[in-house]
Amino acid sequence: MPIDIDVICSRYKKGSREALLPLLQEIQEEAGYLSEEAVVAVGRYVGLPSSKVYGISTFYDHFRFMPKGRYHLQVCGGTTCHIEGAVSLLREIEKLLKIRDGQVTRDGMFSLQVVNCMGACSKAPIIAINGEFHTVLSAGDLALLFDVIRKRA
Amino acid sequence: MMFFDIEVNGKTIKARNGETILSALERNAISIPTLCHIRGLQPSGACRMCVVEVEGKQGLLPACSHPVEEWMKIRTHSPRVIKARKTNIELLLSNHPDDCLYCESNGNCELQKFSEDLYVRERRFFGKKNKYKTDPSSASLFRDPAKCILCGRCIRVCEEIQNVTALEFIGRGNEMQVGPAFNKGMNLSSCINCGQCILVCPTGALTEKKHPAELQEKLHNPEIQTVIQCSPTLSVTLAEEFGFRTGKDMEGVMYAVLRKIGFNFVFDTSFAADLYITELAGELLSRLRDGGKTPMFSSCCPAWIKYAEQFRPQLLNHISTCKSPQQMMGTLISNHFTQSRKLKAEKVYSVSAMPCIAKKFESQREQMTHKGITDVDMVLTTRELARLIRLNGIDVQQVEPEMSDQPYRSRSASGKMLAVSGGLTEALIRVLFVMITGKDLQAKRITELRSSKGIKEFTVKIGDFTLGFAVVNGIGNAETLLNEIEAGRTDIHFVEVMACPGGCVGGGGQPASHDDGAVKARAKAIYEIDDKEPVKTPFKNPDLQILYDNYLDLPVNGEIRQMLYTDYQKREVLL
Repeated sequence: MPIDIDVICSRYKKGSREALLPLLQEIQEEAGYLSEEAVVAVGRYVGLPSSKVYGISTFYDHFRFMPKGRYHLQVCGGTTCHIEGAVSLLREIEKLLKIRDGQVTRDGMFSLQVVNCMGACSKAPIIAINGEFHTVLSAGDLALLFDVIRKRA
Repeated sequence: MMFFDIEVNGKTIKARNGETILSALERNAISIPTLCHIRGLQPSGACRMCVVEVEGKQGLLPACSHPVEEWMKIRTHSPRVIKARKTNIELLLSNHPDDCLYCESNGNCELQKFSEDLYVRERRFFGKKNKYKTDPSSASLFRDPAKCILCGRCIRVCEEIQNVTALEFIGRGNEMQVGPAFNKGMNLSSCINCGQCILVCPTGALTEKKHPAELQEKLHNPEIQTVIQCSPTLSVTLAEEFGFRTGKDMEGVMYAVLRKIGFNFVFDTSFAADLYITELAGELLSRLRDGGKTPMFSSCCPAWIKYAEQFRPQLLNHISTCKSPQQMMGTLISNHFTQSRKLKAEKVYSVSAMPCIAKKFESQREQMTHKGITDVDMVLTTRELARLIRLNGIDVQQVEPEMSDQPYRSRSASGKMLAVSGGLTEALIRVLFVMITGKDLQAKRITELRSSKGIKEFTVKIGDFTLGFAVVNGIGNAETLLNEIEAGRTDIHFVEVMACPGGCVGGGGQPASHDDGAVKARAKAIYEIDDKEPVKTPFKNPDLQILYDNYLDLPVNGEIRQMLYTDYQKREVLL
């Protein structure tokens, strides 16, 4: 979805560095990710080189640099999920979809993100697909789940 | 300024109010290791190598960033301090590639030196090794992020001295690395190839791009005539690499050594520098007389050119269109020299030795090629040349000095002066004086231009002209002046810009030194050569006058004459 970066920028004071993070957040909110053009444009607007803006935005896990897929997978990396085997789920997803954290499949169907605790520790390990929680998944269930989603799409 | 006494290792020393512990220690010749500190810049306190024990303080204090206080009793090498430093180094080594024997910086690496000094003899920590791709995309710079220890020096030099900010920390924690915007290749970044980051890198993470195998092949190919030109800076720098006094002039020895290595012809770029100054003065005069764009900017520094093309495209028509001395020499070699020696241009391999890595990029610019063939085929840095000499096992001590080759043998003192910031302008004033008044400049030296300041200005009356000259070194200083000029300053007619602090003597291809002492010693050596040299201006350089009379000024060679000039274009990079 193309968004108008200039319009978003115009809500903030030009040349003010304090605007950097809110601006990036707002752009990601609308576009789903930070494109190269967005990083360069924001840098120009607040008066920072793009290397700096990119460096700062990679510091925060919140920001992503690839578009979201139609189905956005969030794997919980919190302590309980970790103990309950989130890592093996993650490895299985990486193997099945051939993408890693922060990436999106070539057909644009799935994107993957490792997040911090989603607050459902009692059901660990948790993955969320487009915000919907899925629990008690074994590695074998995942292949089935992705097949169902693909067929439905 | 208030001084007070502090106690260090049981001795009393004087400390200055407001300075850091490190600064007080250094002034009193007490040395402690640092990995992230750069003298003259704000402390960052990232590496924790400089920690010292202060009585009454529970933890160790970083000397580089902690202000010294009157009551302090400091121990710089207590067992506790040494243990902390050693653990620090061991942790840095835990994910290091550990390929010192194959490393570009072997023998010249601060990490290696400190692990030796601190007597690291076993591996206590086994970290996961970083697997980062190397970045060979730039024509000048080679990055190997796996060797990076994240000290941040390159980032700070690029940002605080050069105002370019091509590099930044990317990511966080274990996955943090240093890279340009979007972690793409350096060729897409705003890097201007000045190489100051290489000079401060404590490991082999940042080095110059090089092709030693190609050079060896050409040197030992009997069908190829190899030609080398040496920058004015080289003769006063090479001494450092071979254990001589810093600033010793080794010009004659250098030519002899280069012939021993196998170069068929050896030239001095100072000859082309004479040509450059003459052409530059001509261009400035015609701009002044015909109402062309002033102030005119110098064009000899390729890092400055790339900076202007990226950041200040609106000023490009202010930059002199003269090619830099290296490229003028390259043009002469591939045209005049090959014709006069009846050589085939494709059988001549033209090398240049420079204190600079941006020259590597410059030699590959489209404007510097002729029918797709480069005028200068390879650029070596001072460091690479020293390595080549060692590779060939030449004992520099035993070599008798020789002269450079004809037809470009003689030079004036002016040509040599291009090595230092301010030297070009001083030489230009000499030439303008002759051009306008017909007489030689009386003053032997212009002291205003010889200081080590970042911005120097000088106004002089020559004939009917009152001309303002400005000299800047370091792009950060250049920006200050450029902003003034863009805001409407009109009293300046010529601006000399050199991207490296101190000029070419402090270039990114020079041996690394961690204070400006070596840079100053090299500059001093250049000025000494200038003081001794009786031939002051290019007009008295006999070989240059022969070149003008018998070649460049001939009407049939109008096209060749044009080849001494170039043009610039706006460059799209990730700013």
